[in-house]
Amino acid sequence: MSGDEVAARLARLPELVNGRESLVRRGRFLSGEFMVEADEVAVHVKVHEGRVVEVAKGPFRMRAWRFAIRAEAQAWTRFWEPMPEPGYHDVIAMTRLGVARLEGDLQPLMANLRYVKEVLESPRIGG
Amino acid sequence: MALAFEPITGRYATLTLDGRPCRLFIEEAGPADGIPLLCLHTAGSDSRQYRHLMCDPDITKDFRVIAFDLPWHGKSNPPVGFHEEEYQLTTRTYTEAILAVADAMDLTRPALIGCSMGGRIVLQLAAYHADRFGALIGVECADHQTSWYDTTWLNRPDVHGGEICAAMVSGLVAPQSPQEFKWETLWGYMQSGPGVFKGDLYFYREDSDFRDRTPMIDTSRCPLYLLTGEYDYSCTPEDTERTAASIPGAKAVIMKEQGHFPMSENPEMFRQYILPVLDEIRANR
Repeated sequence: MSGDEVAARLARLPELVNGRESLVRRGRFLSGEFMVEADEVAVHVKVHEGRVVEVAKGPFRMRAWRFAIRAEAQAWTRFWEPMPEPGYHDVIAMTRLGVARLEGDLQPLMANLRYVKEVLESPRIGG
Repeated sequence: MALAFEPITGRYATLTLDGRPCRLFIEEAGPADGIPLLCLHTAGSDSRQYRHLMCDPDITKDFRVIAFDLPWHGKSNPPVGFHEEEYQLTTRTYTEAILAVADAMDLTRPALIGCSMGGRIVLQLAAYHADRFGALIGVECADHQTSWYDTTWLNRPDVHGGEICAAMVSGLVAPQSPQEFKWETLWGYMQSGPGVFKGDLYFYREDSDFRDRTPMIDTSRCPLYLLTGEYDYSCTPEDTERTAASIPGAKAVIMKEQGHFPMSENPEMFRQYILPVLDEIRANR
């Protein structure tokens, strides 16, 4: 999967997340913007009270974000496998493995870690 | 109709630990004259992780399975004055608690199983207290771990402690593990007191580089078994294999489709790995 294909997968986040009442409720105190990167391709995700309201693909000239989750495109590909292999089954695992990085202001990420992890996993669950 | 109680019984006792009285919760199952099997829970959790071993007749027919909550954990109290302290587990205080429980219960050369930080302390026990134990089982056990995330996130007022502890470790459960048991395992982390997981990680990250100790371990004095799940990225299979390679006679097995909490996240599958170990311990007793 290329960076562009990862971005295409992430573009489905609004449909994958906003219909899941329990997931939206879990993120109800998160409103803000974060960046997901696959190789050089940047994807900006805007959340309002747990709903993903906008997903935009870069490159960007001026775009604010609170935290970023950066990984190799091949890592996202393996992450979204129906039964991912060890080390690629979880964003924190990928960070530990050194194929993903968490950057920026990590407070909103840590305060909503389960929510953000499940949002990023939703393309796997949704196939 | 009689209530179908599980075979586990729990009691409280006060032990002096680190010079202070500590009210501990200790539970057990199996015959009083069975082979004692002392169980150590993971960081930031409690002895409920061993409930499946305690309710397994194939284990309790021969073993007296005993688990206790460390001070600050589960149903054990923190010491009086805890509200003015920052909790930190150390190699010294952890070792003292384990030996104190074994002594207070008059356990003669018990077998011991510990997971994660409980697996780590197994190496300390093997190096310095081998004659006190009949066999040692380190689950998710390695000789050291380099810090790989900032544990201050686990205890600060702008991040919910229960939520972050569970979210941080949720990926340590293998994706194949049953959802029921994954979430029961995470519930233990959600319930942990403020700063307890972080305080345990002081031992696990800062005070337990045991690479200097593994050459001291003589497995002819006390057999050592190491079991690690392939999805564990905290104590990786490579960490365990490296540790086992430095200890002649240590028996290491990498468990397929298991994570960091095999006895609680996938108890049925864990039986396949732990029963042969317990059979060997029983045969050699």
